[in-house]
Amino acid sequence: MYVTSRENQTVETTVVTKMSSTNSTEIEKTDDTPLTYQFEKSLSDSISKKFPNVEIVYVKQNRIRVNVKKEEIIDVASFIRDELHFDHAESVSGVDYPEDKQIEVVYHLGSYTDPSLDKQILALATRTSREDDPHPGSDSSKLPSLRDVFPSVSFHERECFEMLGVYFDGNPDNRRLLLPEDWADIPPLRKDFAIKGR
Amino acid sequence: MSQKLPPGLQLEKVDDRIMTLNVGPQHPGSGHMRIILKIDGDYIVHTDPDPGYVHRGEEKMAEYRNYITNIPHLERPVIHDSCNVLYPYCLGVEELLGLEVPERAKYLRVIAAELNRCVYIEYWLAIYGIFLGHSTMFMWPVGDRELLIDLLDKMTGARVTHAYFVPGGIRNDVPANFEDVCLRQVNYFEKRLKEYADVFYDNPILISRTKDTGVLSREDAIKLGTTGSVLRASGVDFDIRKKEPYDVYEELDFQTNVLKEGDSYARSKIPWLDMLESCRIIRDALQKMPKSGSVRLKMKPKPKGGDTEVYRRVESGRGSLGMHIVSNNQPQPYRLKISVPSFRNLIAMPHLLTGEKLGNLPPVYWSLNYWPVEADR
Repeated sequence: MYVTSRENQTVETTVVTKMSSTNSTEIEKTDDTPLTYQFEKSLSDSISKKFPNVEIVYVKQNRIRVNVKKEEIIDVASFIRDELHFDHAESVSGVDYPEDKQIEVVYHLGSYTDPSLDKQILALATRTSREDDPHPGSDSSKLPSLRDVFPSVSFHERECFEMLGVYFDGNPDNRRLLLPEDWADIPPLRKDFAIKGR
Repeated sequence: MSQKLPPGLQLEKVDDRIMTLNVGPQHPGSGHMRIILKIDGDYIVHTDPDPGYVHRGEEKMAEYRNYITNIPHLERPVIHDSCNVLYPYCLGVEELLGLEVPERAKYLRVIAAELNRCVYIEYWLAIYGIFLGHSTMFMWPVGDRELLIDLLDKMTGARVTHAYFVPGGIRNDVPANFEDVCLRQVNYFEKRLKEYADVFYDNPILISRTKDTGVLSREDAIKLGTTGSVLRASGVDFDIRKKEPYDVYEELDFQTNVLKEGDSYARSKIPWLDMLESCRIIRDALQKMPKSGSVRLKMKPKPKGGDTEVYRRVESGRGSLGMHIVSNNQPQPYRLKISVPSFRNLIAMPHLLTGEKLGNLPPVYWSLNYWPVEADR
């Protein structure tokens, strides 16, 4: 009944350097030093091979980030789940960029089933348009929901909807979650919502 | 008869078969959250968890404060586990600023984090005990918790809200006799923990109430993205301390606890096993720790992160706690997302409670290791 695992199950052997700011190697540099982040590079290569339009933003130690267009995100997410074996979302962050008139949603994906991906977090980011006068749900800030691909995102997307006003098409539960029922202001994590007195 | 009701509410008739029941948000049986249940006789047919009663906007507040002044308010979501809440933040900011923490500080961080994990779990266990009407299991953990709070008081100067971890190390070194006191208290604490089995875990009343109630299968636990004790009680061996070791966990000798049943009993037992493991970690860390050395790096007053982002995670008392920090060359974060284990485990609540008897609500609900204040942030 009571199973223990005393051995360290670390599979990855490529990287032994300590974490520091210098390890944010650009992807061009990793081509020169093929031993660094080889495993991470192989993951990002398999994505960019299948989807040429995907932008690989960085390949760091145990962290990869890819930016995709919102039309493509379901296909890319399904590929990541089925072929790369990432099986759950750790977090979904919405980031507001008023200068670009865009809102970014970053899914941090991890894996419980594949031991080689234990340390890996894949950040899958996409952007949608942002309106100065938001009407959450009925304006153009919309994204396809990843709920059918990763069921674990459902509450995170619901939070993102109320905090940034991004409506997730396909999520049946785009309702108020943390904010009070009588909240009548703009979504509070937008940059133009200011805390009083600051 | 027409009656004006607040939006979202509807009037139920006496002969309606389905009844709506609000559990919380000011009920001792729910913590600071509301669970909206629809019940058919004795059975729950629909569960709608409604967090947010103590939402404080930590993520928004973090955007207005610099990396150092963010420390005290970021530990507020779980003050009983404040070291573990600050841990990913400090690791993330250190990665942003390119800092390497002194060796002694790393060990002291691990000791403080493990003590804090025990303090949190004892509090959680006390409430689990009183939920099930077992008042001895309320008194014992609350009493034994004081031992560890005294230790943390010696270490950090505060009983509960420590604000001990800072980017670049820890706030202050420990007093001279700390190691002896810590070893003595932890040994006694471990002896006490073993007595919990007699009064609680081997108690037939607990077993009859929690065995085979609220079973979460391994596949569902993975699919729903649960974490921490909920995940490990369903047979998935995933502990961040082992899988992605931070600071000095790689050098310490410990094991992770996994049970395969996935029921409320397994979920209530995993944290207790974690506490026993924490005692081993603390003893090992005390032995391997450098006896002297600096514990904090000197830093500029308002350090600026680069134009990048980091995502760091640690294993807290409830599970994997991650922080996503987006920096844009300013002294304060552009965006700080706290991905808390309670919020991630929330999705398992409707999954487990729907179809259960109403009487099984307390053992199932609190076995999810859910801390409402943390989920609300």
